[in-house]
Amino acid sequence: MVELSHDSRPIIGRDRPLGAAFLALAVLSIALMVADQRYGQMERVRELLTAVAYPLQRTVDFPWRAWGQVTDSFADRSRLREENLELTARLRLANLQLQRFAALEDENRRLRDMRENSAGIAERVLVASILNVELDPFRHRVLLDKGAVDGVFKGQAVLDADGIFGQVSRVLAHSAEVILISDAEHAIPVQSNRSGLRSIAVGTGDSDRLSLPFVTVESDLKTGDLLISTGMGGVFPSGYPVAEVTRVERSPAATFAVVDARPTARLDRDREVLLVWFEDTPAPGAEATAEPGAEATAEPATAAGQQTGTAPAGGGT
Amino acid sequence: MRRSDLSLRFLYWASVATGLVLSIVPLPDWLAPARPDLALLAVIYWILTNPRIAGLGYAWLAGLLLDVMRGMTLGQHALGFVLVAFLAHRLQLRMRMFPILHQAGTVMGLLAIYQFVIFWTDGLTGHGYTGWNRWLPVLSGGLLWPLIVAAGDTLARRAR
Repeated sequence: MVELSHDSRPIIGRDRPLGAAFLALAVLSIALMVADQRYGQMERVRELLTAVAYPLQRTVDFPWRAWGQVTDSFADRSRLREENLELTARLRLANLQLQRFAALEDENRRLRDMRENSAGIAERVLVASILNVELDPFRHRVLLDKGAVDGVFKGQAVLDADGIFGQVSRVLAHSAEVILISDAEHAIPVQSNRSGLRSIAVGTGDSDRLSLPFVTVESDLKTGDLLISTGMGGVFPSGYPVAEVTRVERSPAATFAVVDARPTARLDRDREVLLVWFEDTPAPGAEATAEPGAEATAEPATAAGQQTGTAPAGGGT
Repeated sequence: MRRSDLSLRFLYWASVATGLVLSIVPLPDWLAPARPDLALLAVIYWILTNPRIAGLGYAWLAGLLLDVMRGMTLGQHALGFVLVAFLAHRLQLRMRMFPILHQAGTVMGLLAIYQFVIFWTDGLTGHGYTGWNRWLPVLSGGLLWPLIVAAGDTLARRAR
């Protein structure tokens, strides 16, 4: 009787020995990981593979989108009328506020010109929709349907109607990955609108909660304070709402208070977000579409850790 | 190559691609962490039943595609896939003889190894998440295994 080998594949020819193939592929995977993580060399490879992956992602997204369109086209008249009335009312209110803002913006621009500082006024806005694709349940990342072709660049700020949403962490030709401000790896420099206190808001992995780990016990921060972006670190524009403080706990024994805040942007409910270009970021349009790759590498501030380095804790006033 | 071989190959790729697509379909928040690794289960199934058409290279490629689709560090899932595929090839003759529950248990072992590779490389690249629920796919995958075998056997018999 013939003894069975450990492998039922044909003994002669056809395939390389199993162990060697495994070893080669494992080494290749590790090399890929190192090249991707340490040196960021793999964007080209990723780009190529995306040619296969992107259609699959669109396939997953398609039923949701189609369903949305179907329900839209069958929406009944009275509901549309109601919605229309409500929107008109809101628009009127917004316009009223806008009149004031126009004057303020002019004044602001003059003041900033005097200080030779130009951070923060949105020049161009692009609406992008979030693909109905789940990347990883433990990371707060989403995929947008706009990419390098539309001039999106790495580190670009992403906003929604109510506040700061996140920043672009990876750009591909037709899609871009966004890291939300609630991701556990993300940090954003913020400032209390009331007291001017500066600190860092770190994501917690919970889309309803940011944490401010570097606020000292005696600093001036209260529940209900609005935290706005400071513009430090050069990624986010200054003066946009980020979160509202929901909890401040001071224990006399500790150096730092326990501070939680709730993001004002609707991180887990948005379907559409705004990609924003600011005055001091590389201009959109011609140059941006010509050399998206170069632009992505030129943009320095992306890593959350970099921002954490910029401003130490507390005591802004 | 025989004709049935060709259709089996097609079936292999179709099932792995379906697994990949299902791995990024949005699920409700409470269910998302328990999403079974369907692409990997498909790869294991085909290695056990038709080791000739399901080589290590294909498993590796499937893992790499999963990396790209989920935007992970390239090579993470690829390493997990190729390790599990290698072990499955090694254990293949034994696992085929196991009663289904015993087989499901062994598959859970393989899935645990896979999750550990992901967990470990996540930690190395600084994405460490240490909650207990990241191990849920091991359980859900093991529970799903008998169904996968039933579905796969039905499909493969029809293809022959």
